[in-house]
Amino acid sequence: MANNYLGLFDVIGPVMVGPSSSHTSGAATIAWMARQIFSGTPVKAEFTLYGSFAETYKGHGTDRALIGGMLGYKSNDVRIRNAYYEARKNWLKVDFVVDKETHVSHPNTVDIVITGEDGHTLLIRGESIGGGRVRIRKINDIEVDFTGEYSTMIIGHQDVAGTVAYITTCLAGEDVNVATLKLFREGRGMKAVTVVETDSSISEELKEKILQYETVTSVDLIEI
Amino acid sequence: MNWDFSNTEELLKLCNENDMPISEVMINREMQLGETRRDTIIDRIEANLRVMNTAVDRPISEPHRSMGGLIGGEAKKLNELDESKAICGPAIHRAIVNALAVAETNASMGVIVAAPTAGSAGVLPAVLMSMYESYDISLDDMRRGLINAGAIGYIITRNGSVAGAEAGCQAEVGSASAMAASALVEMLGGTPEQCCDAASVALSNLLGLACDPVRGLVEVPCQTRNAIGAVGAYTAAELALAGVGPHIPLDEMIQITYDVGRSLPESLRETAKGGCAVAPSLCAECSREAAWQRARAHL
Repeated sequence: MANNYLGLFDVIGPVMVGPSSSHTSGAATIAWMARQIFSGTPVKAEFTLYGSFAETYKGHGTDRALIGGMLGYKSNDVRIRNAYYEARKNWLKVDFVVDKETHVSHPNTVDIVITGEDGHTLLIRGESIGGGRVRIRKINDIEVDFTGEYSTMIIGHQDVAGTVAYITTCLAGEDVNVATLKLFREGRGMKAVTVVETDSSISEELKEKILQYETVTSVDLIEI
Repeated sequence: MNWDFSNTEELLKLCNENDMPISEVMINREMQLGETRRDTIIDRIEANLRVMNTAVDRPISEPHRSMGGLIGGEAKKLNELDESKAICGPAIHRAIVNALAVAETNASMGVIVAAPTAGSAGVLPAVLMSMYESYDISLDDMRRGLINAGAIGYIITRNGSVAGAEAGCQAEVGSASAMAASALVEMLGGTPEQCCDAASVALSNLLGLACDPVRGLVEVPCQTRNAIGAVGAYTAAELALAGVGPHIPLDEMIQITYDVGRSLPESLRETAKGGCAVAPSLCAECSREAAWQRARAHL
């Protein structure tokens, strides 16, 4: 999104699979973003539903939307309707856990644990905050906060001095303007995630360049 | 030249100073703020119209049961009603069929255009497609109508609310009805002032409408509320084109709707804890609760 203004297509739109922007469209987008952050092909996805998601997920097709997103479908993709079938076709095992007990800060919250072919896992916590808009709140054990409304780069790295400086130098070299840059970490010197939101999209070359830095473990791009 | 506007007053000023309909001012605003070209906007609006068109048709040719199981097949049933019993007349009859159809598409996980929301997505397609079928309306008129509706929806979103959880169904179907009323007036050659008058009347006629979805699903009473939103748009447009009303300018009406919405009890704001949502015959849990209460009363 080039400009953050309330425009014609925010009102006449989005084009989406029904029935609910928060319970269907937002759910698909959270899982879609989780799929972008995950490296490799998922073989299993476990979804834990909280709050209002836990209460009414079936009637809103939240389960199908989450599976669809995990298969890489965007929230306007009709294949979401037959997501269980599509999952089987793609050898993706899915599992839903309904948790009505745990208190969460937002009523429409989901935890997604994705397992890859090599057995590695990724946990993403997402919130559907209304009108189809979403917020990612957790990547593994690190609490984060971003929406994916901008071009977003998610960099996993060790919390070592110089890493962020290297990232910003790379961005400046390619003339990419940074809208926001936030570093989230487990603790000092431990695992960290830096989320960079930019005004223009980030090239694969730039991604590779950042990935070469010794403290960087992963780089993922989200373009909605 | 600054094409941005934040309320009806500023919008009408831009229309009058440049001798333009509302849709044209909205296109200029979108081109300026979005740094996009006119044909990009027109193409995208037309793509949305195509989505609306499919959403209107599918439930009649292939009806589906909804995800929640409360609705499905209503549009087809109404479509097959004997002409002698379609007492609303052809255009309004089509509008009601279309509104039911889009609500079915939405509730069965079909593709819709949220306009302004998924729950109220039936109103604009209902009005636009029924006009197209019943009157001499071109594709260009339809595009302009939808862009005009976008302008009104934008002003309501900016100064009020389009969320049922915040301000009730009047914020969803009420807003959609106002948007559709204004679109109708522009399509029929009315002035920008008449567009805003129609929107104001449409809003005031649905003032206070509760958001009370049975089992929290976008099915009952949302489906038939979409129909009344569309019919209300026709009524308001006809009044405005004749120069009748409104008694309240649109900017004031948006504020009033917002204030009323905020003062609705929480049980009537999408929580499924009041209104139709607690109708004993539809709500299994409520009826169990009621049965217990009756049993206790006998002790």
